[in-house]
Amino acid sequence: MNINWFKYSSPQTFFPLAGKLALWFGALALLACAVGLYLGFFVAPSDAQQGESYRIIFIHVPAAWMSMFLYVVMAFWAGLGLAFNTRLSGMMASAIAPTGALFTFIALWTGSLWGKPTWGTWWVWDARLTSELILLFLYFGFMALQAAIDDPRRADKAGALLALVGIVNVPIIYFSVKWWNTLHQGASVSLTKSPSMAATMLTAMLIMTFGFWFYCIAAVLLRARCIMLERERSSDWAGQYARAAV
Amino acid sequence: MTWGSLDNFLAMGGYGLYVWGSYLVTFALIVTELILLARRKRNAIGRIR
Repeated sequence: MNINWFKYSSPQTFFPLAGKLALWFGALALLACAVGLYLGFFVAPSDAQQGESYRIIFIHVPAAWMSMFLYVVMAFWAGLGLAFNTRLSGMMASAIAPTGALFTFIALWTGSLWGKPTWGTWWVWDARLTSELILLFLYFGFMALQAAIDDPRRADKAGALLALVGIVNVPIIYFSVKWWNTLHQGASVSLTKSPSMAATMLTAMLIMTFGFWFYCIAAVLLRARCIMLERERSSDWAGQYARAAV
Repeated sequence: MTWGSLDNFLAMGGYGLYVWGSYLVTFALIVTELILLARRKRNAIGRIR
């Protein structure tokens, strides 16, 4: 087998592939969210303690997982770009940041709307909420820093440094409910213990997680395509694409 | 889970504001991101031409 692993590491060849993949993952996201919301609203029962307010879980937990996962993937691409000086890596890191910030905000927003009826407050400065807020500021800091530097290759390097330093915050968010006494509850889903939720609730939440995941892949690829066009605007392939797209 | 009527579904057992406040804002933000992405691509193509 002779596979050329570097074939798609240049913007010129990755651009059309990213477009096709974005379409497929977008369709999968739509399908998964439709199934997940149906299960979440019409199959899953009411919660014995929280009544119907718990149904926020179907977006809150997937969004919170995505916010952390996207940061790790962003730092991975940023680090790869820093180590190997590859063009596409920095573009991928920049493409992830806004979607990561979006899902961090969604996790905070839905958490606040869930906190009011269950805890009696929109916000507390406990370890889980505070570290998730810091994650939002890390995404904003990454985007602001990159926007402030004109040369994209230098912006990639500066952003990569910030992304890699900021990654210490991710395990702090994840383990905050264990390490400190927080108002936020502990993990609902664990790989070592049997689930503490009804099976239909858990299934709906996991399907929504896949839906959000697929959406993130699609959105990031679409943004990566924009960044490729912006940075390679004087290249032949970008010119051909722009002339063909009427 | 059967809701019986649309009113019951929208009321969410008295938690309608919190549940729909979460879902509508999430949906609006995702739609906004897609609109911004489409506009960014149009602008990028426009600058090349």
